[in-house]
Amino acid sequence: MSAPKLAVFKLASCDGCQLTLLDCEDELLTLAGQVEIAHFLEASSAVEPGPYDLSLVEGSITTPADAARIREIRAQSRRLVTIGACATAGGIQALRDFADVEEFRRTVYARPEYVDTLATSTPVSAHVDVDFELRGCPIDRGRLLEVITAHLAGRKPDVPDHSVCFECKRRGTVCVTVAHGTPCLGPVTHAGCGAICPAYGRGCYGCFGPSGSVNLPALIPLLRRDGMDERDTERFLRTFNATAFAAEQSKHTGNGEHTESREHRS
Amino acid sequence: MSSSPATAVLDRNGLDALVEALRAEGRTVVGPTVRDGAVVLDELTAAGQLPFGWGSEVEAGRYRLVPRADGAAFAHTAGPQSWKAFLHPQREKLWSADRAADGRVSFAAERPVRPSYAFLGVRPCDLRAIAVQDNVLTGGYYRDDGYRRRREGAFLIAAECTEPGATCFCVSMGSGPAAEAGFDLALTEIVDDAGHRFLVRVGSAAGEAVLSRVPRRVADEETASTARNAVDAARERMGRSMPPVDLRTLLGGTLEADRWDDVAARCLTCGNCTMVCPTCFCTTTEDVSDLTGDHAERWQRWDSCFDLDFSYLHGGPVRASARSRYRQWLTHKLSTWYDQFGSSGCVGCGRCITWCPVGIDITEEAAALHDELADRLRRQDAEETQR
Repeated sequence: MSAPKLAVFKLASCDGCQLTLLDCEDELLTLAGQVEIAHFLEASSAVEPGPYDLSLVEGSITTPADAARIREIRAQSRRLVTIGACATAGGIQALRDFADVEEFRRTVYARPEYVDTLATSTPVSAHVDVDFELRGCPIDRGRLLEVITAHLAGRKPDVPDHSVCFECKRRGTVCVTVAHGTPCLGPVTHAGCGAICPAYGRGCYGCFGPSGSVNLPALIPLLRRDGMDERDTERFLRTFNATAFAAEQSKHTGNGEHTESREHRS
Repeated sequence: MSSSPATAVLDRNGLDALVEALRAEGRTVVGPTVRDGAVVLDELTAAGQLPFGWGSEVEAGRYRLVPRADGAAFAHTAGPQSWKAFLHPQREKLWSADRAADGRVSFAAERPVRPSYAFLGVRPCDLRAIAVQDNVLTGGYYRDDGYRRRREGAFLIAAECTEPGATCFCVSMGSGPAAEAGFDLALTEIVDDAGHRFLVRVGSAAGEAVLSRVPRRVADEETASTARNAVDAARERMGRSMPPVDLRTLLGGTLEADRWDDVAARCLTCGNCTMVCPTCFCTTTEDVSDLTGDHAERWQRWDSCFDLDFSYLHGGPVRASARSRYRQWLTHKLSTWYDQFGSSGCVGCGRCITWCPVGIDITEEAAALHDELADRLRRQDAEETQR
């Protein structure tokens, strides 16, 4: 039996999530013994043709070319796992969804006609079926290994959908909202980082996107109470997972905008 | 010698000596200490690390550490942790399995280490909480070996409550503010013109043995009565109370109340209430394998009925709505806990009120359910009278 073929692809993104794979220094040799790393340009320019058993995809869809490319990647992949906020929620570049991209293009570029871009930055799941979404900006190293290990063992990865509050309480971090009056997105944010920010006394800023059970109308009054005005609150929710949090908000306001995204969980 | 060890008085040096004596026995002393703007529980190497001169002001969804002029060590209310963090830790390995080169698989149960804890400053509400967890995790069908080992080795020093907080309601639950039983030693702190001192009562032979190694004096009548008065006064100063009804019946009779929708609209389903609750014991298991697949481990970790995965069966969670999850928590805590374990699951410590970011108040919810039920019964009576 030949080793399963692993591929890593990149769309619109900063490379940080695929770098997380290279950061698995202690496990990298073992991993290389278990899989054939067939396509990983960050590590090697030698690429093997598909099909691939497990494809990790970083980045969002922001160009017509990438919209076509993700379909090819999907067609070549037995399992497709998206990694990071860009691939799972559109990333920071999805801020364009709330503005006029045409205006950006004309203002920023001397020859705007050279720039072929879409009006939106969308998650991979808005284009093709995704087998698993691993959240985070960037993703957590341990969780990435868990996803790969689970794939090799043929089991479901253990990546809980609950809030960051679970992680704060487990590690014994004092709640920054209750004890310090610090605005924090922890109660609505997907666990997975290990609650790093509150452990250093600052509020969670939601880089893992919405948890599986979000009540933004209950949280926003706390942000306002703790000193954020309407604009601060909007900016707090519009970072790496802006469209995912906007979709949560529109569930309550009845605004049908940004209702795509985070449907896929295997 | 007339000094009966049954009641004695320690001064601050005596408290220092008590910690030293426990450490000299090889015990890990755990107690309250100040960290990150709160009184947390942590290992203490000396009594000086206790939160001398710190109190806390609490409200629903709010906790602030405040300095106290009297230098008291045990004048704070419940922090974000409880003793379950030590007796029932958030993550624990249960067993591991290895596959040898010939394909044979061997299993090895994890032998839980048996730490010898001494918990210093256990509130009466938390003493009750430990008794509740003892019953759940060692007394019945669902035995937890690791818990039992840690619990058997634990030495409990209660600190009676003389400064209840605004979210405290132990009197309603019959668990405080006095320490009645379940301790090795019980302290009552007194700070007045006669000095800073601690009345000590002995609750076990182990407690008596430890106390005998600590410099102390015989309890005088005045110190004993001052201590009693302080605890009695605390009884009158509870910040909150449960509605004075049979909560078990109330919760059993309000499963379809409108109030559940009201609380669900406010609830973040973040899980904080269950994590801070000193009796919530639910866990899930986590199976870990390594990249080679030759080594696997099973771990147990805290879970919560607010987690969607908690009720996940084939196809989806049974309790998908916030309404159903909050209702599950409250009805279990106050009602079905009796059916399962013969007591209430609530001890009135107030943690779930204080540490809920949006300040959902278990006593207010119980009162609202009571009002709604009473209202419904009144209307039913009126309708029957009309007929």
